[in-house]
Amino acid sequence: MAKQLIKGNEAIVKAAVLAGCRAYYGYPITPASEIAEAAAHYLPLAGGTFLQAESEVAAINMIYGAAGAGLRAMTASSGPGISLMQEGLSFLAGAELPCVIADIMRAGPGLGNIGPEQGDYFQVVKGGGHGNYRALVLAPDSVQEMADLTALAFELADKYRNPVYVLADGYIGQMMEPVEFANQAIEPPPPDWAVLGTAESRKNLISSIFIEPESQEHHVRHMMTKYHRAEREDVRFESVQTEDADIVLVGYGIIARILKSVVEMARERGVKAGLLRPITLYPFPTRAIRALCGHAATFGVVEMSTGQMVEDVRLAVEGRCPVEFYGRSGGVVPTAEEILAFVLEIAKPAWPASILEEVAIHD
Amino acid sequence: MINEHDLAALNGTCPEHYEPFQDRAGAFYETFERKPENQEQTHYCPGCGHGITHKMVARAIDELGIQDRTILCTPVGCSVFGYYYFDVGNIQAAHGRASAVAVGAKRARPDSVVLCYQGDGDLAAIGTAEIVHAANRGEPITVFFLNNAIYGMTGGQMAPTTLIGMKSTTTPNGRDPWNEGYPLHICELFAQLDAPVYLERVALGNSKQLIGAARAIKKGIENQVKGLGFSLIEILSPCPTIWKMNPVDAQHWVRDELTKVFPPGVYRDRTKDAPVRPAPKPKPALADLPKMLVGKGGVAPVEPAGTAPAAVHDLSIRIAGFGGQGVLMLGQVLAEAGLSADMRVSWLPSYGPEMRSGTSNCHVRISHKEIASPVVTKPNVLLALNEPSLRKFLATVEPGGWVLYNGTSLPEGMERDDVHFVIKPFTELADQVGDARAGNIVMLGTLLEATGMLSGESIDAALKRLVKTERWLELDRKALAKGRETFHLEPVSA
Ligand SMILES: Cc1ncc(C[n+]2csc(CCOP(=O)(O)OP(=O)(O)O)c2C)c(N)n1
Ligand code: SF4
Repeated sequence: MAKQLIKGNEAIVKAAVLAGCRAYYGYPITPASEIAEAAAHYLPLAGGTFLQAESEVAAINMIYGAAGAGLRAMTASSGPGISLMQEGLSFLAGAELPCVIADIMRAGPGLGNIGPEQGDYFQVVKGGGHGNYRALVLAPDSVQEMADLTALAFELADKYRNPVYVLADGYIGQMMEPVEFANQAIEPPPPDWAVLGTAESRKNLISSIFIEPESQEHHVRHMMTKYHRAEREDVRFESVQTEDADIVLVGYGIIARILKSVVEMARERGVKAGLLRPITLYPFPTRAIRALCGHAATFGVVEMSTGQMVEDVRLAVEGRCPVEFYGRSGGVVPTAEEILAFVLEIAKPAWPASILEEVAIHD
Repeated sequence: MINEHDLAALNGTCPEHYEPFQDRAGAFYETFERKPENQEQTHYCPGCGHGITHKMVARAIDELGIQDRTILCTPVGCSVFGYYYFDVGNIQAAHGRASAVAVGAKRARPDSVVLCYQGDGDLAAIGTAEIVHAANRGEPITVFFLNNAIYGMTGGQMAPTTLIGMKSTTTPNGRDPWNEGYPLHICELFAQLDAPVYLERVALGNSKQLIGAARAIKKGIENQVKGLGFSLIEILSPCPTIWKMNPVDAQHWVRDELTKVFPPGVYRDRTKDAPVRPAPKPKPALADLPKMLVGKGGVAPVEPAGTAPAAVHDLSIRIAGFGGQGVLMLGQVLAEAGLSADMRVSWLPSYGPEMRSGTSNCHVRISHKEIASPVVTKPNVLLALNEPSLRKFLATVEPGGWVLYNGTSLPEGMERDDVHFVIKPFTELADQVGDARAGNIVMLGTLLEATGMLSGESIDAALKRLVKTERWLELDRKALAKGRETFHLEPVSA
């Protein structure tokens, strides 16, 4: 199918509808509002439901109802709205309901501003809500991936009966790039555990209560086996020139795109840099990162935050080699040039003499 | 994309046995699990209104013959285990959110009968927003609102419906309106809304009231079966345990005290004249969806790959100006034209903190190679539609790059001798062809003529996709031609 130039936020919705999403409940917030706007257009077209809910709290619970009734359902928001959804996320995970949530991150904390940031990593990747659960998290770095990973998110949500996030930042959401969509639409039949209001599904129950401590423990252990399975089967990442890299950069989303430029610029200056881009933030590519400790001298983690994913990189590296961090926040997107200065700085011991002069300027 | 599963297989760590999902189906209806020693009783206290209400709801489901179609959404509160007693599809919700959950379920399965059961803390405190909006949208669900003027489950704290002067664990001296406000009257409040079809308050205070309650409950469900809108039945209900009364006294207290503050009655009944919901539109065939979603928007290249001139092998363009000058549109035309020329493209608008003060800018990349960063910090083309933009971005332009400026001469301090300047009053030129707002397209014409980037066909294909009206398409074509000829009128100042 021919490509079309569209915004990341719109690509999410088209891909979702093609993947069988028939329920969208959401509340407007910049920079995610285009998702709701596109959903208002495309969901009814496909015979699905779109509703602007009274709040994110209501929206995520409507998703709970729709998912419980066996529909592929999604919502989208940004920082403050995601915070409000966290109780619902915990209930969805506890009741083992699949759904997709897109978080188009903006700057925080508090109202912050609407510029792009990656400060939601902790609340999205590490849980956010109460109790022992995880959400799977996919991090697109292009508009094409906004489409592809949204479709994948629905598959994974069903595979694990668990909420799955698409975690992007304001830039990926607002950006336009050419996208090729799936040329087939699917609409999976309702799962056999769902409550449909039919004789066959009458015995079904959606709930997250286990009043006996032993049953609750059994339940969370069962959930952990799902997560361990995801850690074995569904870790995804992209490696760019890591085979011979002395400096392995780690970044996701828009930062990974900038890092791809930085890798080229560093190599032009004789520094062997590479990029490991986590595509799944949970499950995290821990083993892939650990495997690189063999030859990498240093890891350089770059985020639009004050340092959140870097903790997972450090856990993966477990002290085998240094992990350096460079972050901008508040809606500031680091330039390739400033990241290059950081790379040259952490690469110092491996510098060819020819670039010493240039680096001195950055000091 | 590498899947770590492959790595794991290589390393010999094969996936372990994977447990099937928790199967909770059927678990609750043969035995009453919560109190295994007590199979003949509910978990409710003796004399509790929940048990009575459950029986009435169950009987109505039975009489209406809708057991298979029913989906019961239960709250958090003493009735959290309502699903033990109803052999129907059950969805247990978070505290206060049962009505939102019911909305999601009902809209997903319009043929089902969705019952939403909530206590007064659940519905009238933490879940007020959800229930008000469900009512206001006229969601076709049936709500049972159990008002016992107290929080039962958590051990007797104040509810929004607690009476003035009534003691609770969090109003040890009695509810004081100066501190806690007044009892919330849900039926009276909802009677102000347009959408609800049926609102009635009933009480469980004596056998006459019980008969009335059973009738209202059945009617509320029947409304939904008939396809009518929102029905809510408020049930004044005894909580002997927290009220510290015996069941008989508690019943009398409902009849004598609660009903004084919460008068029973029909607050809305439009079951006879409620408009019928329009039937949902027929669903399109699945096979048609890709075309409906992507169809016309798809772009087929108008020129074969690699034919664009070498000058455009890797363009990093920054476009900036005032809002309304067509900055974002100009960027989109360039990106669309690049796509038509079978090149890699990206378009990134300024938004957020940069957007303040009515200025606007965007980043466009057009390249034969895969585009690494779409963020343009060192442009080789700067299109400055006003002076502040030139001042902001000129210093960032790569040596050898192009700078097009909308003006008659370079402002002071803006000289550079290592870039190509083209300075024209693009806005005025656009005015000459019919509309000053086409200044961006005049600038585009000049840019194309100056650099030889992108063919006329690619640009025209882009304009056709982006420009919605014939009038503007004509105007833009004229503006483009004006830009091209203008470039040749005076030499480029180096
Ligand atoms: C978010 C949240 N806050 C608080 C609670 C604790 N909680 C459980 S039930 C309840 C009040 C229930 O009162 P009501 O709705 O009147 O029902 P009743 O028990 O009286 O039937 C509260 C506060 C909770 N479960 N979740
Ligand atoms: S505490 Fe009150 S509301 Fe709860 S079960 Fe006992 S009597 Fe019923």
